[in-house]
Amino acid sequence: MARALINVPAKAKRGEIITIKTLISHVMETGFRHNQIGVKIPRDIITSFACTYNGEEIFQADLYPAITANPFIAFTTIATESGTIAFTWRGDNGFSVAESVNITIE
Amino acid sequence: MTDKRTENLATRRDILASAGSLVGGGLVSGLGLATISVAQAQVQSTPAAMALAIRKIAGEATVTPGKVKLDLPPLSENGNSVSLTVSVDSPMTPANHVKAIHVVTEKNPQPYVISVRLGPRAGQANISTRMRLSDTQIVVAIAEMSDGSFWSDTRTVIVTLGACLEDLI
Repeated sequence: MARALINVPAKAKRGEIITIKTLISHVMETGFRHNQIGVKIPRDIITSFACTYNGEEIFQADLYPAITANPFIAFTTIATESGTIAFTWRGDNGFSVAESVNITIE
Repeated sequence: MTDKRTENLATRRDILASAGSLVGGGLVSGLGLATISVAQAQVQSTPAAMALAIRKIAGEATVTPGKVKLDLPPLSENGNSVSLTVSVDSPMTPANHVKAIHVVTEKNPQPYVISVRLGPRAGQANISTRMRLSDTQIVVAIAEMSDGSFWSDTRTVIVTLGACLEDLI
């Protein structure tokens, strides 16, 4: 299980634009590198990331080998309702991690 | 990828040849290598792979420079991690918002870096991530608006130590 760090304010005012920062541990092996005996190291990357706010998708990203190891993604959203913000990372070799955080709207 | 490599080789050969004709002798190889990265950045403004990637993203639409702001360090010591921020000037209303943001590079093994889909729920079009850069090159950010127009911003990054090239230990 890959470790994911998510930074979302615990409380926000209704209508406020909040910044969501995510970081997940992953090698993001490009598939372009070779080991010492010249054998190509197979690609192993996270290919997609999605974020839903109370079930509605608010952000989606396709990642390519040019993204660094331990992908960091930051984006914004409007705080509408109290509820759950859920995150999913999917990738090669069946990689799949889901995390969620709660947010309270004042 | 193969096409791109052949193209790079051809350019390198051209540069070496021209350097050879100017200087000649033992200096040639050293001088040639040192000037390659700078010369390529100037000569290959839009290599075929990146142009093709942009075509695939935008289709037949014209990509106009403007509205997009791509924040990248002008010089990066380590190509393995270069932070970038893309922000787009847009009110982000249901009628007028940014639908997608794409980032492509010129000389990485693959032109694509990230493709993001967002909507009016984002509040503002502003994303950050970290990317790998294999060499000194041009990075282009393209924004697709809800009215179907495409806008872009271009930055050149000088990379002292490229990604992908290090030996595994």
